[in-house]
Amino acid sequence: MSGATALTGHPGKPGADRDFTDTVVGFARTLRHAGVPAGHERVQAMLAALAHLDVLAADQVYWAGRLTLCSDPEDLPRYDAAFALYFSARGAGPGRPASNPPRVLRAAPFELDPDAAAEQREENSPTFSVQASRHEVLRHKDVSVLDRDEREQLQRLFALLAPRVTGRRTQRYEPAGRGRIDLAATVRRMLRQGGEAARLSRRRHRYRPRRLVLLIDVSGSMAPYADSLLRFAHAATRCRPAGTETFTVGTRLTRITRELRLRDPDAALAAAGRAVPDWSGGTRLGDVLKAFLDLWGQRGVARGAVVVLCSDGWERGDPAELGQQLARLARLAHRLVWVNPHKGRDGFAPATGGMLAALPHIDNLVAGHSFAALEQLAEVIAHA
Amino acid sequence: MPAVEPVTDPAALSDALRATGYLPDEGLATAAYLAIRMHRPLFLEGDAGVGKTSLAQALAEVTGAELVRLQCYEGIDAAQALYDWDFPRQILHLRAAESTGDAGRETADQLERSLYSRRFLIARPILRALEHAPSVLLIDEIDRADDEFEAFLLEVLADNAVSIPELGTIRAEQPPLVVLTSNRTREVHDALKRRCLYHWVAHPGFEREVEILRRRLPEITDSLAREVARAVRRMREVDLLKPPGVAESIDWAQALHLLGARSLDPERAAATLGAVLKYQEDAVRIRDTVLAELAG
Repeated sequence: MSGATALTGHPGKPGADRDFTDTVVGFARTLRHAGVPAGHERVQAMLAALAHLDVLAADQVYWAGRLTLCSDPEDLPRYDAAFALYFSARGAGPGRPASNPPRVLRAAPFELDPDAAAEQREENSPTFSVQASRHEVLRHKDVSVLDRDEREQLQRLFALLAPRVTGRRTQRYEPAGRGRIDLAATVRRMLRQGGEAARLSRRRHRYRPRRLVLLIDVSGSMAPYADSLLRFAHAATRCRPAGTETFTVGTRLTRITRELRLRDPDAALAAAGRAVPDWSGGTRLGDVLKAFLDLWGQRGVARGAVVVLCSDGWERGDPAELGQQLARLARLAHRLVWVNPHKGRDGFAPATGGMLAALPHIDNLVAGHSFAALEQLAEVIAHA
Repeated sequence: MPAVEPVTDPAALSDALRATGYLPDEGLATAAYLAIRMHRPLFLEGDAGVGKTSLAQALAEVTGAELVRLQCYEGIDAAQALYDWDFPRQILHLRAAESTGDAGRETADQLERSLYSRRFLIARPILRALEHAPSVLLIDEIDRADDEFEAFLLEVLADNAVSIPELGTIRAEQPPLVVLTSNRTREVHDALKRRCLYHWVAHPGFEREVEILRRRLPEITDSLAREVARAVRRMREVDLLKPPGVAESIDWAQALHLLGARSLDPERAAATLGAVLKYQEDAVRIRDTVLAELAG
């Protein structure tokens, strides 16, 4: 353990309480800039945790923060990076090196707040210099400055879309006119009526909508459609926030479910735009689908769900790999719907390598190139 | 059961857990220590088979508490997690009161009160954990439950109390140590996570895995433990649909031992592959890679 004076500004003066709190609060601020939602309550928890630990041991400070401020595996690399940055800048050795420095690139965290970025640049830390080359490395499409005039009319229509998903029988019951006898309700009724079983209460299984999973290709060839597909995803998320999961696929997989939960469609799309690092890049559908299945799908996100994959099937990788992954996905999902905007064009034949590999595994192939086509997609989902 | 001593720091807790056969790493020991001291639920995430559930068992042993387990599943509700009324017994009681003529003597009010008394209440895991002190409440695979269930859980965990409309509030004298586990099949709501200490449980390192195998299976040879740990480690590097966890490596080592293996040989390894890999695609890949290396 590198016996660092991590938390106290004055070495050997552990009683400096105010200093100690300031340090933790400052660290939480850095962490928020890095994209970890470490709120006030979590900071309180970290301070409480430190009360039980040795604040002079960098390792224990590391764990106190990690256990209380993080809440997601995605937070961990950001936390490691922020911890290394913050405490090394304060002249104390970090408890441990950032476990996986290259992943910081992917999170691209410090760019979210220009002021914080400037601060950190002044400190000239090596961690930051890696991220500074954002323009060369990752092409962000600037969704936040969308040309509103052109699309305003159409965008208002998206608010009317309410893609709903069919139900699935659950283990839970609801009262019903016929079905099996509901013992609990019957007894309750008996008690009300002085112990006489005048009428039996019955119950039946309740139906719940299936989960909807949207995988949206944001590669260059799909760029003209990405905006409307994301708006569709936002409409679905608005409809059922807990039951909708959205991911973008391209050269990598990005989960944008959280971003799309913002109520305002423009704010949600702008947030999604910032989260997605591979706008208008290439497509490695097979690999990215594999990443989706490994990280999310197989664990349960895709199980029994209605999965909608929006792509034109221009696959840069191996179509055989794509076929394999789609077979996996089809086994997990209740229904697999492929949205190909080119299907709306005259003379469309599913001829791209990716499409040919996909055909045996998909249940529906729909167009989705216009608003009307998206309404049709909502229909398909509703009856999947 | 070992003597119950109050834990004074993470290292002491780590030693105590080791004594029960559970080998935590530094992060996990610190997490468990803080959960005990801060009375906060411990939220564990990680791949299946990395020892999330066993930690709760080990903690129960260390603290001398009863382990109460609540396995979550889709559609679980308060009646299965918290309490339920014993309706058949209530009816019997009612009929009995009627036939002996008690019903006439007692007022209807008294009769109803006797129906909703503690003896007709069936305590499900959460209520049992609140009533029994000390206890460790393991809420396993919370991600399988519906999100409505989380909101309900939040209420119970915040107050350490259950209010039953017909009976009143049952409060825990000593709040249970709560361990929640999740395999991340869906994201658990932030409101719940915020009240917990969050820890991501990773696969153990090589040395620790060998130690775990030796502890769990004292009968196997040292070379078998090391070779199984090495092979499993290799398997985790190969891109599998379901990388084996510690639970699988223990199963595998045991299977090999039962076949009389003193070290990992290719034939027996191939024959017992089903103990460690659960997908046909994975088995094929491993036969071509790791097992081929073993034979080569």
